[in-house]
Amino acid sequence: MLDVKGLRVSVAGTEILRGVDLTVKAGEVHAIMGPNGSGKSTLTQVLAGHPAYTVTAGTATYDGKDLLALKPEERAREGLFLAFQYPVEIRGITNSYFLRSAVNALRKHRGQEELDPLDFLQVLEEKLKAIGWDDTLMNRPVNEGFSGGEKKRNEILQLAVLEPRLALLDETDSGLDIDALKTVAQAVNKLRAPDRSFVIVTHYQRLLNFITPDVVHVLADGRIVKSGGPELAHELEAKGYDWLRAGAMVS
Amino acid sequence: MVAVERLVEAYRAFAANGASGAPSWLKELRDGAIACFDTLGFPTTKQEAWRFTSVAPLLDTPFELAKPVPGTRYPVPADIEPFLLGTGPRLVFVNGFLARPLSTPLSDGVRLDGLAQALIDTPDLVRQHLSKYAAFTDRPFAALNTAFVRDGAFVHVPAKVTIEEPIQLLFLATPVDGVRVVAHPRNLIVLEREARATVVETYAAVDDKGGGVYWTNAVTEVVAGDGARVDCYRVQRESDRAYHVAVTDVHQGRDSTVNLHAVSFGAALARHDLRGTLAGPGGYLILNGLYVLAGEQHADHHTAIDHAAPHCESHEYFNGVLDGRSHGVFNGRIIVRPGAQKTDSKQTNNNLLLSREAHADSQPQLEIYADDVKCTHGSTVGPLDPKALFYLRSRGIGEAEARRLMTYGFAAEILNRMDVAPLRAQLDRIVRARLAE
Repeated sequence: MLDVKGLRVSVAGTEILRGVDLTVKAGEVHAIMGPNGSGKSTLTQVLAGHPAYTVTAGTATYDGKDLLALKPEERAREGLFLAFQYPVEIRGITNSYFLRSAVNALRKHRGQEELDPLDFLQVLEEKLKAIGWDDTLMNRPVNEGFSGGEKKRNEILQLAVLEPRLALLDETDSGLDIDALKTVAQAVNKLRAPDRSFVIVTHYQRLLNFITPDVVHVLADGRIVKSGGPELAHELEAKGYDWLRAGAMVS
Repeated sequence: MVAVERLVEAYRAFAANGASGAPSWLKELRDGAIACFDTLGFPTTKQEAWRFTSVAPLLDTPFELAKPVPGTRYPVPADIEPFLLGTGPRLVFVNGFLARPLSTPLSDGVRLDGLAQALIDTPDLVRQHLSKYAAFTDRPFAALNTAFVRDGAFVHVPAKVTIEEPIQLLFLATPVDGVRVVAHPRNLIVLEREARATVVETYAAVDDKGGGVYWTNAVTEVVAGDGARVDCYRVQRESDRAYHVAVTDVHQGRDSTVNLHAVSFGAALARHDLRGTLAGPGGYLILNGLYVLAGEQHADHHTAIDHAAPHCESHEYFNGVLDGRSHGVFNGRIIVRPGAQKTDSKQTNNNLLLSREAHADSQPQLEIYADDVKCTHGSTVGPLDPKALFYLRSRGIGEAEARRLMTYGFAAEILNRMDVAPLRAQLDRIVRARLAE
C-alpha cells in the first residue's frame, strides 16, 4: 500500500528526514515511535503533502502511484488521511458542513453523486453509531473552542466518515487523559479493516496498550533505526530511546 | 468651502418652501443644525475621526436635494419583491420619501408610518424623542441630516407590546433624469418599557442600470425603554457608485437588550457611525457587523459603546472581507464611565485580505474610568490562514474551494448570529454570489 524509500526532507534549509524507508502492507498497523524532534510529525506531514516541506531525495509510492507528485487534496481523494496533532480551527463553518464538503469532494472524485444535507446526516448518524459517539460536535464551528480531547475525537470522527485506505495518526494520544485515550483507541480499533492501513505516530507507549500494532519502528535523528513487533514498544517504554540513538550514531 | 455654501443655500430654499409649515420647535432644531454644519464644515483627514476616510469625492459632486418622486415613477411591487422578507409590516421609501402605495403602515397601538406623517398625527411623541440621542454638534453629517429632516421611518411600540414579525424599512434610490440627488432619511424607532420588536433597515438601488451616483445621508435613532428588547438589522447594499453616510444611535434603558447587526456590501464610499449608550443598569448590547468589499470600495465603520451605567454587558464583533483594491476602516471605541462598575465588554475586529492591494485599518480605543470591569479587545488583519488551508485540502477539498469555504466562513460567522431566517438566507446568497465573482 505504502512504500517509502530513502526519503530526505528539509524545511527552511534544515534537513529533518535523512533517508527514511518504510513499507506498509494493506490492513497493517504500524507504530512509529521516537524522541521529540526525531522527525515523526514531519514524516506524516510530508506524506499528506504539506507545502512547507521540501523533498530533496527518495520516493513515496502509494498504491503504485507517485505520492509526492500529488497535491494534498489529490492524496486525500485517493484515500490518504492525516489525523492532525494540532487540528486547525475553521471559523464560521460548522463541523457537519465541513465534513459534508469533504465527503462530497471524495464522492465527486469517485464519480459518485454528491450527498445533500439530509443524505449526509443519515451517513453521519450511521458512522457515529458504529463508533459509539454522539453528534454534539457537529453543529459547532470546526475545532473552534473545542477542548484538546474534542479536537482529537473530531479527527477520528473524520477518519470514520471519510473511510481512508491509509490513515496517518500524528500523536493523536498527546494531551489526552486516560479515558479520552481509551475512547479514541477503541474507535480506531473498530475502524481497523483488511483493506485499511494505519501509521500511528506516538511519543509514548501507552496508546499501544490499547491498539496493538503489527510493526513498531523507532525513528531517531531522521532515520528509522530499529523495527520490530509489538514487544519493541514495551522495550522502549522500559529502556527509553538513548540506547538506540547512540547506535544510530555509530552505524 | 464651496460645497458647504451650496448646502447652506439649499437649506435656505428648503426652509422657505418645503419646510415652511413646520412647528416652531422643528424650525429651531433645523436652524440650529444647519448653523452647526456651517461651522463644522465637511470633515477632513486631518481630523482623528476621519483620518482614513476622505470625503473629497462627495464634495466634488453637485448633489440636489431629493424631491418626492411622482407616483408614475415609483418602483412597482415587482421591484421590491427581491428585498421582502415575508408578509410583515413595512415602509418603503423612494429617494427618502415614504411611498405609501408600497407600504403597510400601522396606526392601532403600534405606530408605523413616515416621519412626515407622524409629525402631523403624533407631534408630541416625535418631539419627545427626535434628535434627543443622535448628537450633531461634532458630527457634520448628522447635523446636515437634522437640518433637512423631513421624512423617514417612525416606529413606536407601546409598553409591553410585542411585534413578532420583523418590521421592514426599505430605502430605495431611483434615478432622477440628469440630477444627482441626496436624500436625508431620518428614522426614529421607539420601544417603550418591556416592548419587543425586530426592525430591518435596508438601503438599496432600484432600476439601477450601470450604477447610479447618488448620496444617502441617513440617521437612525433607536430607543429601548426599560426591559425592552429590540433587534435591529441594517443592510447597506447601495449602488456601486453611490455614497452612503449614516449614523445609528441607540439609547438603552435599564435591563434592556439590543442586538444591532450591520452589514455593508455596497457604495463606492460608505461611512457608518454606530453608537450604543447603556444608560441604565443591566443593559445588554450586541454589535454584530460585516463588511464585504471589492474593487475600489471604501467602507468605514466607527463604533462607540458607552457604558454609562453599572452591570451592563456589550459584545462587539466586526468582520471585514476585503478584495481588489478596497479599503476597510474599523474604529471601535469603548467608554466605561466612572461608576459603571461590573461592566463586561468584549470587542473583536477581524479583517481578511483577499488581495495584496486590499487594505484594512483597525483601531480599538478603550477609555475606562471605572476599576471593577472586564474589557477585552482584539483585532486581526491578514490573508487566509495557510494552516487552515492545508487542513481543508488534506480532507480532499480543492484549493480554490477551500479558499472560498474559509472566506465564506469568515462572513458566515457574523451572519450566523442573526435570528431572522429569511434575512440570513438573503445575505447568505449575496455573500455566496460575491465569492463566486
